[in-house]
Amino acid sequence: MANYEISDLAEWDKRIQEKAAAFGLDWYPQEFEICDHTGMLGYMAYSGMPSHYPHWSYGKAYEKLKTLYDYGVNGLPYEMVINSNPAIAYLMRDNTLLLQILTIAHVYGHNDFFKNNFTYKSTRADLTIERFKAHALRVRRYCEDPSIGIDKVERILDAGHALAFQCRRNLAIKKLGREEQVTRLIEAARPRTDPFSRIHARPEFREPDTHKTPIEPDEDVLLFIRDHNPFLAEWERDLLTIVDEETKYFLPMMETKIMNEGWASYWHKRIVESLDLDQGLHLEFIVRHNQVLRPIPGQINPYHLGFKIWEDLHRRHENPTPEEINKYGAPAKSGDEKIFEAREVERDSSFLRRYLTEELMREMDMFQYESRGDELVVDKVSDEEGWKSVKETLIKNVGAGSIPVIKVEDADFGHNRTLYLKHHHDGRDLQLEYAEKTIAFVHRLWGRETVLETTLQGKRSLLCFNDRGFSVRALK
Amino acid sequence: MTTETIFREYRPSDAERSDRSAGDRLRHREKVRESIRENIADIIAEESIIGKDKDKVIKVPLRGIKEYRFIFGENTPGAAQGDGNAQPGQVVGKAGKDGQGQGEGQAGDRPGVDYYETDVTLEELIEIMFEDLELPNLERRALREIPSDRFAKRKGYRHVGIRVRLDKRRTARQRVMRQMASRKYENAAPADPSAPDAEAEERRFPFRKDDLRYKHLEIDTREESNAAVLCIMDTSGSMDTMKKYLARSFFFLLYQFIATRYRSVEIVFIAHHTEANEVTEEEFFHKGESGGTFISSGYQKALDIIAERYHPSLWNLYAFHCSDGDNFDSDNPAAIRAARELCGVCNLFGYGEIKPLGSRYYESSMLNVFRRLDAPNFQAVLIERKEDIWPSFKAFLSKDRVKE
Repeated sequence: MANYEISDLAEWDKRIQEKAAAFGLDWYPQEFEICDHTGMLGYMAYSGMPSHYPHWSYGKAYEKLKTLYDYGVNGLPYEMVINSNPAIAYLMRDNTLLLQILTIAHVYGHNDFFKNNFTYKSTRADLTIERFKAHALRVRRYCEDPSIGIDKVERILDAGHALAFQCRRNLAIKKLGREEQVTRLIEAARPRTDPFSRIHARPEFREPDTHKTPIEPDEDVLLFIRDHNPFLAEWERDLLTIVDEETKYFLPMMETKIMNEGWASYWHKRIVESLDLDQGLHLEFIVRHNQVLRPIPGQINPYHLGFKIWEDLHRRHENPTPEEINKYGAPAKSGDEKIFEAREVERDSSFLRRYLTEELMREMDMFQYESRGDELVVDKVSDEEGWKSVKETLIKNVGAGSIPVIKVEDADFGHNRTLYLKHHHDGRDLQLEYAEKTIAFVHRLWGRETVLETTLQGKRSLLCFNDRGFSVRALK
Repeated sequence: MTTETIFREYRPSDAERSDRSAGDRLRHREKVRESIRENIADIIAEESIIGKDKDKVIKVPLRGIKEYRFIFGENTPGAAQGDGNAQPGQVVGKAGKDGQGQGEGQAGDRPGVDYYETDVTLEELIEIMFEDLELPNLERRALREIPSDRFAKRKGYRHVGIRVRLDKRRTARQRVMRQMASRKYENAAPADPSAPDAEAEERRFPFRKDDLRYKHLEIDTREESNAAVLCIMDTSGSMDTMKKYLARSFFFLLYQFIATRYRSVEIVFIAHHTEANEVTEEEFFHKGESGGTFISSGYQKALDIIAERYHPSLWNLYAFHCSDGDNFDSDNPAAIRAARELCGVCNLFGYGEIKPLGSRYYESSMLNVFRRLDAPNFQAVLIERKEDIWPSFKAFLSKDRVKE
């Protein structure tokens, strides 16, 4: 049984807040809820949301989590915290006092990150809970509507979920409206001023096609279909909107997993160490801290990787070694200044690119692997030749990098209202079975033939899906 | 700057209410079941389920319930952390069959690697499989033997029972009887007149437990239509391993189906080559024989057994025969005569010809011979591959047939 009272936790919370404030962390008001393992499994299945719309995939997620938990394959997290204002965190009831202290400190790290990192600015944390609740109400209403019903709702949600992550990656970049895109297109088509125009042949003028839809390739596939398929009913559009809003709420978390977990771990360590715990608690802290932050060979533990980089970044700005000064220059900012700046302006891909050093990679023995036959084989290691390539691979695989970039090129391909999608190939092929099934979902939503241009084993190919089914064609 | 923090204490009542995924789980399970039903033909083809224990767990691939999205395929390199001495060429794991980027703990809210199989016991599987099948044209025959619980019949009264069966009339009568008896006794010993409410006391005469009478009901078991299924299998030398496997798979399904759906249908196993024998279930499914083929021998044996034990006026009879159709030509007239006779006595006579792919071009076939047999309750199917077993099985037994 737990060796603490709620009043103890409130007491520790106060002390932790004092320390956190002294370090300069800045957070939303915090709420903690103590829950048991079924509660936690439930929150995990629904991404921590107190209310969420129903869909069978969450039942599936729950079953899976529960099976893994029941068979002891996976433990449960000590906490879960959601990005909202006030931030809501769930603490496991069975945690020991020390774990609760560690977790509370950890939660303040996340909370600070949610409030300050630039990627979260678009999530409107004040409205999180209400918005998810409104989504749930709307979806339930459609399910109960006798003219719609759960089967039709699922048809749209299944397709929506399949395409959910085919959206813009960086929400901080403003999406231009059609007029602005047209203006930009005309600007680009205008011949450039050439100081030597007298001696150069006049460049041929190509009239830009301002009637095309979309003007610029559009990455928001779901929203594009919502706005350009006139045959969707109002409730169908609304479901797509709901799916898209949720994705864009979760995208920042995906994009900052390593930074965020690292940041929270870094701060729970500094905060707890400054709390002057008695010896027993302190020993337990060391054990638990190292359990969470242990490297897992053959994988990336985001807690460990993030933590190492934050710690290294801080140290390099406080006590740089002579070699480091030689290599990276003398630090212009103090360690704290630097890390607070980075937590605001970076996301995983830029964070790794800028702050994961060759030395650190070597220390962590990072390697790159690829599949050969049935096996995953180490391909490059972090030695002098390999580290850059290993790092590139790592960056490609974090956050939204693990999702293929697919854009809508044309909504009226061949003047046939065929939807033309293009996969921007970066050396990684699409998984064909999944592509086939997902295109079927696009077709379901679009209602007309859908084609996807991609590259399969070095050959440009066109994956088509129409009323007759799926086919693959080679392109010249 | 510090802020006010709210702590919400754990309340077990909340936890009980919080099983909010129940609806979604149910929906998911429905999908799983649906997926299994759609893939049953493949599952039966892939699994050797013959003679397996009912509790055996079968891994069933689930095709319908993956959450598809665009993902990268196999040529996707990944990065990971080593144990300190990773070397190029070192094997670090197995490639995921679905090439799902191996999900190396990156990408926070990306749903994890899908699981593609679910475990079902053979029993569950059979239950799902046979949901909409039944023995066709089951008729009521003169004498009934299969007992089934029907309505209850009243039979006497008892002192104990359940409340709803309380017989108020009889209970009241018991009380009156007791009252009469006690009055006689009281008259013998007159009441003390000094007690003011003696009269009132006398008038109150409550029920006692002994007064209560309950109706007693007896469950009436009525005899339902009898049915017997005759499984006839060719075990001659021409039935090679593959053919036997197909035939046994078919009969195993049939056997499971009957055992699952009908409580007391009798099953007769007949194995034949040039002569036929009635065999036990064990022998039928596991023993091989050899020799030539006289199909008529099997049918004749079936007819003998019917004549001996299952008179067609009393029994619903179903005969199923599996063979490779490689009959001695001289036996064909006898076979068709016997088959016609079987059709005459059986509700359904099914013939499954086992011809693994290709072999039907050089082996003789009974399908042509049986074409002359135009009995409405005769049905012949061709089983060429493992995948055909389920469709042919369904063709024999599906409910729709009855409607036609």
